[in-house]
Amino acid sequence: MIEGPKVFKNAKEALFDVTDNVTLLVGGFGLCGIPECSIAALQEMGVKGLTCVSNNAGVDDFGLGLLLQKKQIKKMISSYVGENKTFEQQFLNGELEVELVPQGTLAERIRAGGAGIPAFYTPTGVGTQVQEGKETKVFNGRLYLLEKAIRGDFALVKAWKGDTFGNLIYRKTARNFNPMMAAAGKITIAEVEELVPAGELDPDQVHTPGIYVQRIFQGDHYEKRIEQKTIRPA
Amino acid sequence: MALTREQIAQRIAQEVQAGYTVNLGIGIPTLVANFIPPEKNVMLQSENGLLGMGPFPLESEVDPDLINAGKQTVTTVPGASFFSSAESFAMIRGGHVDLTVLGAMQVDEEGNTANWMIPGKMVKGMGGAMDLVAGAKHVIVAMQHTDKKGRPKLLKKCTLPLTGIQCIHQVVTDLGVFTIEDNAFILQEYAPGHSPEEIAQKTEGTLKVSSNCKEMSS
Repeated sequence: MIEGPKVFKNAKEALFDVTDNVTLLVGGFGLCGIPECSIAALQEMGVKGLTCVSNNAGVDDFGLGLLLQKKQIKKMISSYVGENKTFEQQFLNGELEVELVPQGTLAERIRAGGAGIPAFYTPTGVGTQVQEGKETKVFNGRLYLLEKAIRGDFALVKAWKGDTFGNLIYRKTARNFNPMMAAAGKITIAEVEELVPAGELDPDQVHTPGIYVQRIFQGDHYEKRIEQKTIRPA
Repeated sequence: MALTREQIAQRIAQEVQAGYTVNLGIGIPTLVANFIPPEKNVMLQSENGLLGMGPFPLESEVDPDLINAGKQTVTTVPGASFFSSAESFAMIRGGHVDLTVLGAMQVDEEGNTANWMIPGKMVKGMGGAMDLVAGAKHVIVAMQHTDKKGRPKLLKKCTLPLTGIQCIHQVVTDLGVFTIEDNAFILQEYAPGHSPEEIAQKTEGTLKVSSNCKEMSS
């Protein structure tokens, strides 16, 4: 096994201090690029009262849907949750708090969180429910909303390859929210399909520099479930 | 004959100019890609982090790490690139995407649209729609002219929670092609066998008929 101060054996060991009521940033878009092993560990650990920041809420029986089923999530901050019936049910019953955020605003709020920017102005959501309760300002004749940064107690991200220093390389559209979340977690836990010794990744190809990653482990048995398999005939 | 979903998509594809970067929403908008000729060199942007989206994969090409914003498996075209969601929305919000096509539940004569929520009934979220309508240079809505109960969807004022204000430039429905100007829907073309009078009856918002208005060829 590859060793190093940031390297952990598995998800359960890497998530050892995740407790009830923390805020988690969870990478992925749909089921693509989600930290499968960390989610499974959270389910096993049974931590509750979680606030999860994630673009989607998984499907009923995979991704964050697994934690919703066990009622481990108190609040979700997401942009689109249409694929999950458990979510809709719990929300309409008042069991789950939800903050719906436009996807680009969500991405930028997390990016800002990791970059030390406390808030920023955006045109997205002007004149809609998203504007309610927010400061506004006119720049060059157009109205903008002030949106605040998001940080997390932990960020759970998934990459294709990583090294013992925590450098990460993502694959294709599995990158999505993972890089911003890696930077916005007080403690960022990265799971990778392949962990290599520092020096083996080409520095020119690194997407997330290791400074953002506190813990890393190589996951196993990636299911990588496909939500909508669509093919064209041969 | 009212236009089919494919015909709506085909008509919208005519609005796509050579060299455009286009973001297509879920539903009818996705079908638009099938009608854009390759010689136009159009790049499709998918907000989950892909510029240069190709057709659905062959069974042997399916890759769980390569999906579009509708979570469907896709492929890439030569010249494609991958990036993060923050980068993706920098492109969108920054006005680098030429055209967005999206579905809607309602559009009104001011160019406001609603497509993400029915209070007390449906909670899906806005996804990237609010960013797309706020940022793209040109926004076209693709939808049925009336809802399942026959009620107009082209309204004086949207009644559902809005996705964006004064952001829709054009609407293509099964009955016609409309631009939105000075608080009115301007009928530009109507589906074969239908008439401006019939369309006016099925439109709640102010409808004007363009002096160049014509029946679409069947």
